[in-house]
Amino acid sequence: MFDQVFAQLRTIVCERLDISPEIFTPDASFIEQLGADSLDVIDLVLLVEEQFGLQIPDEDYVHFATVQQAVEYISARASKMPALTPVHADAV
Amino acid sequence: MSTIVITGMGAVTPLGNDAQSAFRAAVNGQSGIGPIAFEQHPDARVRIGAAVKEFDAAAAIGKKEVHRHARFTHLVVGAAKEALTDSGLSGAGYEPGRVGCILGVGMGGIDVIAQEVGAYDRSGPRKLSPFGIPAAIPNIAAGMVAIEANAQGPCFCIASACASAAHAIGEALESLRRGSTDAVITGGAESGLNQYGVAAFERLGALSKRNEDPARASRPFDRQRDGFVMGEGAAVLVLETLERAKRRGAKIYAELAGYGSSSDAFHVTRPSEDGSGMARAISLALQSARQTPDEVDYINAHGTATPSNDVAETRAIKTVFGARAQSLWVSSTKSMVGHMLGAAAAFETIVAALAISRGVVPPTINLDEPDPQCDLDYVPHVARERQLRVVLNNSFGFGGQNAALLLRRV
Repeated sequence: MFDQVFAQLRTIVCERLDISPEIFTPDASFIEQLGADSLDVIDLVLLVEEQFGLQIPDEDYVHFATVQQAVEYISARASKMPALTPVHADAV
Repeated sequence: MSTIVITGMGAVTPLGNDAQSAFRAAVNGQSGIGPIAFEQHPDARVRIGAAVKEFDAAAAIGKKEVHRHARFTHLVVGAAKEALTDSGLSGAGYEPGRVGCILGVGMGGIDVIAQEVGAYDRSGPRKLSPFGIPAAIPNIAAGMVAIEANAQGPCFCIASACASAAHAIGEALESLRRGSTDAVITGGAESGLNQYGVAAFERLGALSKRNEDPARASRPFDRQRDGFVMGEGAAVLVLETLERAKRRGAKIYAELAGYGSSSDAFHVTRPSEDGSGMARAISLALQSARQTPDEVDYINAHGTATPSNDVAETRAIKTVFGARAQSLWVSSTKSMVGHMLGAAAAFETIVAALAISRGVVPPTINLDEPDPQCDLDYVPHVARERQLRVVLNNSFGFGGQNAALLLRRV
């Protein structure tokens, strides 16, 4: 589960932030290492909601500090979804 | 009072994605107008526009920035990069705090606002993008250009609809004259060329509906004119004092010598019919430049091709110039580039500066049969060559907000 979510998140984040996949490591901080600003983090959470079919409450944004935290957070919730395939938010 | 000169320019326009190409196309009488490429409602009556073609937003602003900004900001950063390179401003040794950035934007990111309203209506407030507001606010154009240039002086945008860039360039001139800045990056940007922008301008009756013949739709001063063609684009100029420009060996296109600004205080969209507000702006630009009317050779007209503008503007020119009006060359590049709204006057100022430096005036295309009330020499169809001494650019915005800029040969 972790690896699958990690790979999917890497695709989303590297495309959005225009960064190389090599720097997308579990201990990387979105802001410190991946070049995101606070607006990008909100934007990424919206993309995660859309791609993983989740609803992420504002108070859970703190889990999107490092890649590891984000992947664990998504894995725990996405596992409750019927299938771990990208789902467009409008379709759920 | 310091002499202020234009030392750099850049443009992204429906006639070309750099200043020189766009000017060349205008001199050749080419039209940048064509069928609209985006999807429209079946009821939409206007199907033509003057779009910027083949613009690489990622190359201009960086791939990561594209989704963080509206199109007008992509365009203006592209134009600014060209102007900065052209002027050599970054290597000129100016203190960043003395470099200003004053741009004109009429509307801002209405494409982004439309997208965000759609997201809100479909999915509620939590689906709004964090980039919505910073992308939509008109002043972000100046903010992003300032970041690009590391310009840390006065930085803001002016909104006066179709005259926005003229006011911006004029206020940039004033800032340099009063010594608040050593250099100013100025101009304008707009992109309302989307289904909402076109529909909204159509509703107020401003747009040409000559869908069957796009290249001939924008017909300033012609008897058959039926409104303007919605355009988009950005144009940026670098201004500094003649003294410093000479000292650093900069290329000098022309002097920006005068600026006049006035209000009709008359109607929300119509100009005052006698053109008196427009005439005051032109007279004030002459005064500001300490220039007599007799040396003005060419006017790049506002010339939108709306029925009311072209008659009022003609009256204004006659009011100011009297008998000399008949010997002036007056042309409207909007016949080719459409109406770039907040960016219009910036591109037209580039046209005016290049007309002076090259000695050639672009024509008014599609002027087949002049309106009897429009009886000046509008340089129909074909460009003309002549050494130009003094050139005016007129710009008039909704709300009766008028500005005129005066450029002089150095």
